[in-house]
Amino acid sequence: MKSEPQSPPIVLSVTDLRIEAKANDGWIEIVKGVNLTLRRGEVLGLVGESGAGKSTIGLAALGYFRPGCRRTRGSVRFGETDVLGLTEAKRRTLRGTQVAYVAQSAAASFNPAKRLMDQIVEAAVTRGGMQRAVAEQRAVALFRSLQLPNPEIFGKRYPHQVSGGQLQRAMTAMAMICQPDLIVFDEPTTALDVTTQVEVLVSIRRAIKEHGAAVLYISHDLAIVAQMADRVMVLRYGEAVEEAPIRQIMEAPSHPYTKSLWAVRSLQTPAKPELEPLLEVEGISAAYGRFKALEDIDFSIGKRQTLAVVGESGSGKSTLGRLIAGLMPPVKGTVKLDGKSLPTLVRQRDKDMLRRIQIIYQSADTALNPRHTIRKILGRPLTFFQSLRGAAREQRVIELLKMVELDPGYAGRYPAQLSGGQRQRVAIARALAANPDLIICDEITSALDQLVQAGILQMLADLQQRLGVSYLFITHDLEIVRAIADRVIVMSQGRIVDQGSRAEVLSPPYPDYTKLLLDSVPEMAPDWLDRLLTKRSSAVN
Amino acid sequence: MSESSLSASPASAPDRNMVQQIIHALRQAPVTALTGLVIVGIYVVAAVFAPWIAPYGEYEVVSDIPFAPWSEANLLGTDQLGRDFLTRIIYGARNSIGIAFVTTLLAFAIGGFFGIMAAALRGWVDQVFSRLVDAVMSIPDLIFTLLLLAIFGSSVLNLILIIAVLDSTRIFRISRASAMNVVTLDYVEASTARGEGLYWRIVHEILPNILPILISEFGMRFCFVFLVIAALSFLGVGLQPPMAEWGSMVRDNAVLINSGDITPLIPASAIALLTVGVNFVADWLLSKSSGLSNEE
Repeated sequence: MKSEPQSPPIVLSVTDLRIEAKANDGWIEIVKGVNLTLRRGEVLGLVGESGAGKSTIGLAALGYFRPGCRRTRGSVRFGETDVLGLTEAKRRTLRGTQVAYVAQSAAASFNPAKRLMDQIVEAAVTRGGMQRAVAEQRAVALFRSLQLPNPEIFGKRYPHQVSGGQLQRAMTAMAMICQPDLIVFDEPTTALDVTTQVEVLVSIRRAIKEHGAAVLYISHDLAIVAQMADRVMVLRYGEAVEEAPIRQIMEAPSHPYTKSLWAVRSLQTPAKPELEPLLEVEGISAAYGRFKALEDIDFSIGKRQTLAVVGESGSGKSTLGRLIAGLMPPVKGTVKLDGKSLPTLVRQRDKDMLRRIQIIYQSADTALNPRHTIRKILGRPLTFFQSLRGAAREQRVIELLKMVELDPGYAGRYPAQLSGGQRQRVAIARALAANPDLIICDEITSALDQLVQAGILQMLADLQQRLGVSYLFITHDLEIVRAIADRVIVMSQGRIVDQGSRAEVLSPPYPDYTKLLLDSVPEMAPDWLDRLLTKRSSAVN
Repeated sequence: MSESSLSASPASAPDRNMVQQIIHALRQAPVTALTGLVIVGIYVVAAVFAPWIAPYGEYEVVSDIPFAPWSEANLLGTDQLGRDFLTRIIYGARNSIGIAFVTTLLAFAIGGFFGIMAAALRGWVDQVFSRLVDAVMSIPDLIFTLLLLAIFGSSVLNLILIIAVLDSTRIFRISRASAMNVVTLDYVEASTARGEGLYWRIVHEILPNILPILISEFGMRFCFVFLVIAALSFLGVGLQPPMAEWGSMVRDNAVLINSGDITPLIPASAIALLTVGVNFVADWLLSKSSGLSNEE
């Protein structure tokens, strides 16, 4: 903490911070002695997997601990004040005026019953002692600098009347209105689509630069942090494994864990020869009431092939998966399996058709019954589809667990006793238990950390080779498409806008939407956002 | 983030068997819950072992003197027919608790099954059952019960059936509501996609996940059923003489209050104490199942 004469003043310094969280049987340490300093005008990125303690540290910087968490050691100093030594009342005045927080889900953070302006100026007026009219003027100025549409009347809207990306920027405006010295951004763009994410990143970055506050930028995605931060701290299990300027981290990461943060990007399965089609989808349209979710969808999946369906949220890709699984009827069109058309709904299909198509869900937390043991979860499809019982079933359960690289001893456990990645492996084993020909994978890795993702994708590719299954891989993540897809379809607003082999879709020339989507995926390079902006502005001119 | 590290922690905890889990839960239970458990335990023992504990027989007239005062032979005196009051109280536990328990169980079987079914099927099935339940619930319970008992006669069987059916409407509501939250989860959809029938989905997928809520609700409903039976007996249409029942014991001996004898208050407090005890236990189960803790 030596301060050089020419460097700007230290805004935040955290020393040997240790935080414990309450677990079932006592307390476990979730932040294990973290040190950090942040100077005026500096952006420090906190990167790590979920559970690494990023948010806990971010909140501690505001002097806040989540219920069930307590500090055991260490200090948090904000400028000259010891934040943790203050009374709660004093800390409240500090928050929102001198330190501010932008949460991941703006939709959950705004009061839906109040207009945006009322909520944005609230802290400034009640705690910052600002005149309402002045505060509103500042808010409008911030809306403008955050590139929100119609800045003069934007504040008159209710949260549900603006888009997710706009709401996230509104929250940034709320954080900046008192010109705080420190802003903590906690995964501000994680809940947004890639194309929206770019806009929000650009406006946040511009606002930070204009404003000159110190920023703690929390994200699990190193590629995003690289666009925002000057320095990065990589966290794992509550400890800082590496801290360095962003370029150094990107170009010469010293810790092996840091390298694993882009594990998916280094994965690439070889292209496979095209075989006869297994599943053909012809002229499918579907609707939720009046809303058309899918229109005229045509494609086919070959045997032993992986078809990736990419698109943003709301593009209809999950609907497509549910429809093929027989969970939702189409308005028109047919789905053919091996040339024979499938009845539209589950209850009209026979057991063999049901067996051949399996579905794996995004969140294994909700896809596995928490009251069933792994043995029961895997055993049920074995009994249901293959009438296996007793010792034969038990043996197959063990085989399946080994197939997904889990210890057979897990058979007696409940899903809550496994980690997120292990749970998803169990969900995959459950799908495999049926001996399927096609597995619909609905965003199955998006809730997982990079390293775990890479492991699961590699395993799926191996299983495909061994068992000859086809995958319909629904995802929004183009890195995954690059890693495992044979063919790709790009969807937007319920329609297929582009389809072809991986090489065709992912290399020029692109249709407009594919180009936008591809451009918006953050690259592992610190100047990606700058290059993108230059490219876009030159395209406009 | 801390959530995920918390939820991952049970993996490190050693696998416990059922008995160890129960002992562990009891160690952490608050004083109120333990008190409740002790109270309920005493009642259950009294109910189950009534013939061995009670000094005399249930209908046995042991004294020529009705309303005899407390004495060594009859610890709590005798009732209006000269039967031992303490014996009647112990047998009362057996009758009241036994019948209330069976009634509540039946109410849960009916209400729980149809409630979950309505949630699982939705559509018109849900509409038909829900509106029917609304209609039954709109009639005041006690009046409806009295009416039905007047029509069918107050036998023990009729009493159980009538109260169970009327009470099942409330259980229908709560099990439907909690099942609604579960049926939308992916694992239920996954079982649908597998082609599982309604029975499997209700019994294996949905029921285990709403069971904690239903079990704690069971305690509450048991208390209400118990009170309804006591109230009906007090009114003279519940359990019929000569069966010992606390509600009717209060009524039959109520006159003693005028002469400053507190004996009729004993069955009344027995009812109150049991209600409190069961509620303590139910509260504890509810807070455990909902995951809410009121520490700090």
